[in-house]
Amino acid sequence: MKVLKFLIFFIICVNSKNITYAKSPSDLINGIVDEAASILSSEDPVESKIIKLNSIAERSVDINGIGMYTLGKYRKTIDEDQKSKYQKLFRSYFLKSFSSRLVDYTNPRINVVSQKKINDKYTIVNSILEATSKRPQVKIDWRIYTKNPDRPLIRDLIVEGLSLARTQKEEFNSIIQNNDGDINALFKTLEEFLIK
Amino acid sequence: MKKLFSVLLIIIFSLINSLAIAGDDGKIEINGKNNGYVEANDCFEKVNRGIFAFNQVIDKIIFKPLAKGYRMFPQPIRSGTSNALSNLSSAVTVPNNVLQGQFKDAGVNTARFVINSTLGIAGIFDVASYYGLKKREKEDYGQTLGVWGAGPGCYFVLPVLGPTTVRDTIGSVVNLMGGDAWYNVTVINDTQYFSESDYYISRILHGIDFRAKNLESFESLEKSSVDLYASVRSLYLQDRYRKIRNIDKTTDTLSDDDWEELDSQ
Repeated sequence: MKVLKFLIFFIICVNSKNITYAKSPSDLINGIVDEAASILSSEDPVESKIIKLNSIAERSVDINGIGMYTLGKYRKTIDEDQKSKYQKLFRSYFLKSFSSRLVDYTNPRINVVSQKKINDKYTIVNSILEATSKRPQVKIDWRIYTKNPDRPLIRDLIVEGLSLARTQKEEFNSIIQNNDGDINALFKTLEEFLIK
Repeated sequence: MKKLFSVLLIIIFSLINSLAIAGDDGKIEINGKNNGYVEANDCFEKVNRGIFAFNQVIDKIIFKPLAKGYRMFPQPIRSGTSNALSNLSSAVTVPNNVLQGQFKDAGVNTARFVINSTLGIAGIFDVASYYGLKKREKEDYGQTLGVWGAGPGCYFVLPVLGPTTVRDTIGSVVNLMGGDAWYNVTVINDTQYFSESDYYISRILHGIDFRAKNLESFESLEKSSVDLYASVRSLYLQDRYRKIRNIDKTTDTLSDDDWEELDSQ
């Protein structure tokens, strides 16, 4: 009997680890912000901080989705090989740029204020980056992709009303456009950025 | 003379509107409500890129070091300076509130200006906020032209002054033609209380204050950008679009269209 009870208890414990609960977009941002703050305020060497920050990004950001969005109209004209090459390059570019932007901050304090569901696919989470003696308070909104409610993913950061994904898209499109629509020019620029 | 001026205005307005719907090259699209687009053409991109590079050098050797030096001052001094400069900008914001039909905002901004200029000692202290008159968004003549339906026209970069559009430049010219009461009392009338230099000092201080507030964000943009010129252009146009539409909520600024077909889950 005791063995049976133990067995039931064991099965429940093991299974409970596999159960995933729908995470609200606000919870996602709160979780990320807390985790990032603890990494950034730690005494870890910069390299270790970068690895940990990148791991957060890989888990919670839709890097492939953002990558395809930033290609704009050119995503319709590239072939499968170019697409695969671009996705690899963009992932490396995104992670390098993401961690290099964040690693200079020591202890950013971000408070989630509210969230608004736009439709089944998107929710906007509103937050405030608290003011410091160096800079004023900054309003940051997060566009969360919620098609799979169990795994919400970040698709854009809107800082004081300015979309970073849109800025990135216009930057990439400018490079391609100024090279007569040749996507290889963007590949080359990204490769150069990565070896810098 | 008046006739000539009217003709000039009509030509400029037609230019703004025709350029706003011009061809594909160098087109920057900013999403509008109902999926409409407001377009700005980078008509002289090569020249603009040259001026942008020149401005970068000026920034590196003059504005950035000045902004860093300004950062050394204690926080209360910087806040006081920022408040005083913001108070002076009411001279442009209030008439534009009226021109855009924002009469409540015009009233609040006027009251803020009177209270802060007197009790707040030339605007150094934001006493009005203490009395419940919270800060409102700044308005200018470029925004008013946008609200009235004028498109941005060509995007271009001015030496030292930075990014702008035809519409926003016309807005700035209105300031110099009597639209800015602060410019009028300092440069045009040159009263015994203020001199021309007060105006120029306030403009330079405004630039340094803005640069000091954005030191880290601009550095971060420089570090991660693969085409800084295009990034700055995009940010400028997005910011102007948001200000013209007086949009505060993110849900109103972004169309879902661009994201619609991207299903990665």
